[in-house]
Amino acid sequence: MNGNFIWLAIGQIFDPTVAAYALATIGLVIHFGFTGLLNFGQAGFMAVGGYAFAITSVIYDWPLWGSFLAAIVAATVFALILGIPTLRLRADYLSIVTIAAAEIIRLSVKTPEFSDVTGGSEGINGAARAFNDVNPLPDGRFGLMGTPLVYNQDQWWIRIVGWGLVALACLLVFLLMRSPWGRVIMGIREDEDAVRSLGKNVFSYKIQALILGGVLGGLAGVVFILPRSLQPDNYGTQLTFFLYTIMLLGGAATVFGPVVGSIIFWVTLSLTDGLLSLGIEAGVLPLTTTQTGPIRFIVVGVALMLLVIFRPQGIFGKKKDLHFA
Amino acid sequence: MPEKTLVSDITDDVIVPGVKKKDPIVVAHAVSRRFGGLTAVDVAHLEIPRGSITALIGPNGAGKTTFFNLLTGFDKPNTGNWTFKGKSLAGVPAFKVSRMGMVRTFQLTKALSGMTVLENMRLGATKQGGENIFVSLFKPLWKAKEDEITERAMQLLAKFKLDTKKDDYASSLSGGQKKLLEMARALMSSPELVMLDEPMAGVNPALTQSLLGHIVNLKDEGMTVLFVEHDMHMVNTIADWVVVMAEGKVVAEGPPSTVMSDPAVIDAYLGAHHATDLGTIEGQLEVAEDMESDLIRSEVEQDAEAAGITVQSHGASTTTDAASTPVDGEEKK
Repeated sequence: MNGNFIWLAIGQIFDPTVAAYALATIGLVIHFGFTGLLNFGQAGFMAVGGYAFAITSVIYDWPLWGSFLAAIVAATVFALILGIPTLRLRADYLSIVTIAAAEIIRLSVKTPEFSDVTGGSEGINGAARAFNDVNPLPDGRFGLMGTPLVYNQDQWWIRIVGWGLVALACLLVFLLMRSPWGRVIMGIREDEDAVRSLGKNVFSYKIQALILGGVLGGLAGVVFILPRSLQPDNYGTQLTFFLYTIMLLGGAATVFGPVVGSIIFWVTLSLTDGLLSLGIEAGVLPLTTTQTGPIRFIVVGVALMLLVIFRPQGIFGKKKDLHFA
Repeated sequence: MPEKTLVSDITDDVIVPGVKKKDPIVVAHAVSRRFGGLTAVDVAHLEIPRGSITALIGPNGAGKTTFFNLLTGFDKPNTGNWTFKGKSLAGVPAFKVSRMGMVRTFQLTKALSGMTVLENMRLGATKQGGENIFVSLFKPLWKAKEDEITERAMQLLAKFKLDTKKDDYASSLSGGQKKLLEMARALMSSPELVMLDEPMAGVNPALTQSLLGHIVNLKDEGMTVLFVEHDMHMVNTIADWVVVMAEGKVVAEGPPSTVMSDPAVIDAYLGAHHATDLGTIEGQLEVAEDMESDLIRSEVEQDAEAAGITVQSHGASTTTDAASTPVDGEEKK
């Protein structure tokens, strides 16, 4: 082991998985940070988007744009199913329904009855084929300005598209939240009865916000599976709580918070992994290499606790948008 | 004293609860709301006169706020129908009621504390196309309207002396300022009927006078005001018409000068002996006489003798001091 782990950690900044987490968190920020919807099922939205993309492209051989559209439509339908019965009720009901619905999705796709389509607990392989077919980059491996960060053409392609989507989502959130639409949304977060008394159709706005954030979650699901195979167990409640961690790290009602939060989250995981391995090799730490995995998350947990204590509004957040207060 | 609407301009009929008005803006009929076994509101008939200030008073738990919620679509009644400007409002959701020109405020102020004062005001505006998600992405499409809204918001804020606070978060305002902000925000949509739920609750007395002035101004500008209030001074000063509720029913209505002396009103608030001081022997005797209870009378007389007080025979008439303010002792929520 040498200094390589530092490059590994730096590589996280461009990693498509980090982009997927950032994109899903941007969706969550629209839900929780701006509208005040307590969505505990963002993993479910990612699963719905990922499955819709993988099933249509691998099993039914749809063209790439069709699969992307399928992911968007599926996330929209999922948002409507969750939102229509619950958004007229108090905020807590949405959180209960979303956390349950996300688990229902994950367990349903694993059942053998659906495995012709969903691949059962094996998941689906090769969803990226159509995506890589349209890759305009020449074949070969390219480094980043002479650094040890070298990726092949497909790895570059997903990095460009993934982070491009993140940039577009940030722009979208920025444009929306400076507009009168964003004002209504934030008013709903503060007090929906007051907004209702001012003649705004609160239910409609909440549905719109749920769909918008859910679609970003669905697209995040697509970005997430492109560099790997689709595994149902990646979409457990744990994923949702990682997204919440990222959101609170960056700031809950911010545009760039999710991006920075996601990078910090993954770089911290990668760095602690490297440092712990280094310590174990040198015999300084009384641990085995298998223990490093869980310990990384303890470190992230401690980081989150410190943040809550010393900067509760998150890195980018304003003091007024406090969510721990 | 602001100029009041004459009673003869409000109604020609004999004044009884549910009396017909010459020009009602709101007509409620047989509106009832039950919570389990409790009938919170049971209003047989009520008309709110247009272009005047109507106060809705009554002791705690009389159903005033529930009635407010029913009228504005924030709660659904078990029975009844009601109209606003002749259009039926039964089953109409709250946001549509507001768009029709009937805007309310809340007893517990709902200033949107995480937003600035100016943003609060802008939110009150109607017909901003930029509130559509697709339009909102293109600033040129809503910029002109936004400027117009901002100008109107600043005018209103100046009127309510909040213009210097426009960039402050609403959470930093005092309780009274929040009340003012909420009222100003409700006016952004130029409503026809403004419904204020306890506009004075928690307001510093120094602000009271200016708040009263603002409410009277609403009337001068042609709006109709309906407000719930416990502060009798305020009711006497500005209301043209008073509706008294007790246990969900309208027990009396009329101009403030006469409605306060209505025995039903005094009864509703304090029972028949509101003006009696039960701390004195005389007061206790008076109650005993009124109840025609010899037992209590003799007990009180014994107490009086023990204390060395000569008991004089007391007139049987109970005092109904109409001029007294019945709710002085009432605790504000």
